[in-house]
Amino acid sequence: MNNSTLQNTRKGNSVVVLNLPEGELKSQFIRLGITEGSTVKINERLPGGTVVITKNRQEIAVGSDLARKIKVIVE
Amino acid sequence: MKSDSVLNISGKNKVLNEVELNKVVTQKEKVVLVGNPNVGKSLFFNYLSGMYVDVSNFPGTTVSISKCNYKNYEIMDTPGIYGVSSFNDEETVARDVIIDADRILNVVNSLHLERDLFLTLQLIDMGKKVSVMLNFSDEVKKRNIKIDTKKLSELLGVEVYETSAVKETGFDKLDKAIENARQGKQELDVYFMLQQVMEKNISQSEAMLVLEGDSSTAEKNKVDNGTPDEREKIYIGRRNRVNEIVDQVEHEDSKKGELFNLLGRLSLNPLTGIPILAVVLVILYFFIGDLVSQRIVDFTEGTVGKGIFEYNLKSFVSDYTPADIDVNILNDEEEVIDTRTFNFPEGKSANPDLALQFKEYSSQPGAESDFSFSHPIAKLFFGEFGVVTMTTTYLIFLLLPLVLAFYLVMALLEDSGYLPRLATMLDRAFTRIGLNGRAVIPIMLGFGCVTMANITTRILGSNREKTIVTAILQFAIPCSAQLAVIAVLLSGAGVVPLLIFVTVIGSVLVALSTILNKILPGESSPLLIDLPVIQIPKMKNVFKKTSFRTIGFMKEAGFWFFVGAFGVGVMEITGLLTIWQDTLAPLVTGWLQLPKEAATAFVMGMVRRDFGAAGLFEIDLTVMQVTVAIITITLFVPCIASFVVMLKERGLKEGLSIWFGTWIVAFLIGGIVSQILI
Repeated sequence: MNNSTLQNTRKGNSVVVLNLPEGELKSQFIRLGITEGSTVKINERLPGGTVVITKNRQEIAVGSDLARKIKVIVE
Repeated sequence: MKSDSVLNISGKNKVLNEVELNKVVTQKEKVVLVGNPNVGKSLFFNYLSGMYVDVSNFPGTTVSISKCNYKNYEIMDTPGIYGVSSFNDEETVARDVIIDADRILNVVNSLHLERDLFLTLQLIDMGKKVSVMLNFSDEVKKRNIKIDTKKLSELLGVEVYETSAVKETGFDKLDKAIENARQGKQELDVYFMLQQVMEKNISQSEAMLVLEGDSSTAEKNKVDNGTPDEREKIYIGRRNRVNEIVDQVEHEDSKKGELFNLLGRLSLNPLTGIPILAVVLVILYFFIGDLVSQRIVDFTEGTVGKGIFEYNLKSFVSDYTPADIDVNILNDEEEVIDTRTFNFPEGKSANPDLALQFKEYSSQPGAESDFSFSHPIAKLFFGEFGVVTMTTTYLIFLLLPLVLAFYLVMALLEDSGYLPRLATMLDRAFTRIGLNGRAVIPIMLGFGCVTMANITTRILGSNREKTIVTAILQFAIPCSAQLAVIAVLLSGAGVVPLLIFVTVIGSVLVALSTILNKILPGESSPLLIDLPVIQIPKMKNVFKKTSFRTIGFMKEAGFWFFVGAFGVGVMEITGLLTIWQDTLAPLVTGWLQLPKEAATAFVMGMVRRDFGAAGLFEIDLTVMQVTVAIITITLFVPCIASFVVMLKERGLKEGLSIWFGTWIVAFLIGGIVSQILI
């Protein structure tokens, strides 16, 4: 287990979300089914840093700048 | 006993007494059908009642609650809802019926377990006796999705039955389902929260609603309702439980699904995604650029519109008004092989012999007749820019097939789940110009209709992004109607003009966006978007969308086309058109190096962009002149409708700046291209 940001994960990693940026973005994440403490899978890392994560088969794309601000623990 | 007074919301206490009385007198338990919209509840009801009730796709058709007697039960149907609360009338009605229910048949769409089980868990949390009917079980099997009903029943703590309402399979178990309806399993923390409210002598169903912040239920029981935060907490907990349950009971092992998943993944990564995008664009080109805008439009516009409709109408009009008619006979290579002019200074009917000659001559294969009228009214309605002739031909025979094709393609792209993936793939590129990948959606839509796209900019996260995309849309994105005309103008001109056009417009887009990104204060929002599964679009839905949008477009475009044609017609008769052409002449002939008449296109372009481009049809242009003209007209002002919507969305100052900006950029860039090319 080690601390990281969502940006620095590898494809195929399972990670636990430690913190999400406050405000509107956070409620957007909750609506999409992701809260602090949820486990997500890194589905794809695109060149340029956009990360695609999966939570309960729902795929979500996270822009690179945002992914850099999300702290995670790699399982 | 008037049992339907359950719906009488104002006199609720009285109603409740009546309901209880009702129970004692008739000894009938109330069984309520509950489910999300379009899960087939009404079909269950029809089966139980033996009476025909309309099953309709529109939410709200069952808002008046139907009831019937079935054996020892009273069965009630409810409107489709996603959750029990009082966000709208349907929910309020359903909520009151559910609170009074003795047993609930919860109809669930097996294909949307994740969505539908949210309501199921809420019913269970309300302490209701529930049986779950997994409807559409045949569809599930068809798609190779496996649902472990035994496990689902175990996790929910209630009975689960597979049904297919359309085929009435599983309906033989309905009696058992009603009889075995029972309270399900509840999360411990929700249970404890409920206990605290229930201590105040409130039923579990109402306690749940109070906790979830339903103010009217709280008022009725004279307690404080939960805060929005508390509701959010309960909702999140429930959502998570639904997801866990679905994870455990549903397995998809369809090969087809795998193929689509693979396609979805491949379209994300630029390495494979760009080739996929290229394939999509090539297919689009062959469908719209080749099939529709050439073959189909050649027939509808040339043969039907000009050859049959305009010819007959103008020929009829020229019976009664002075007309000069030039008839050209063309061979297969579109070269003029013979020509003749017929003059009817007092109309055709005054000279029947010549009229007959004209009829015979102009009925030859390859004949094209050009009517000119001298009477101002005839000119206004049936002349070159005739309100009746030109608008009808352009609207019905040129634009309608093209717009239909564009909207069809757009609906297919939307419903296939491809657009969000395109947004993800292009995210990095868009970040460079101060946007995020999501901006691809209004921009793509702009190729359909800029007016519509202007409204879609609302999905963007920040004000600066909205400004940037709105500017891009007005400057650099030709809408489907304009693209259609451009495609026809460019057809047969070869690849080079097309490349020049795309390069110039593309560069303007990037430059504009980069400059705005530098000037505008603040920061753009990052990408956060959910990717729906890639699937074959439901044709019914696609056709509905396409026809709906096409009709909307034609209604709106029709009006402005008539206004434009009328305006230009009046300008032509009064000589204003010549004055305008003379005013713009130095700019148009000197700087853009186009014929003087091209200035007309710029008048019309202010009304509708496509209308402007269509104005170029009437003029003989060289290939390079066409290139310059379409670049200028594309960069030129948006249509009146877009302009109005833009002002509404972005404010007067910003809207006007963009509008005047297009004037400057259009003539500047158009001129530079012209100086290089011509």
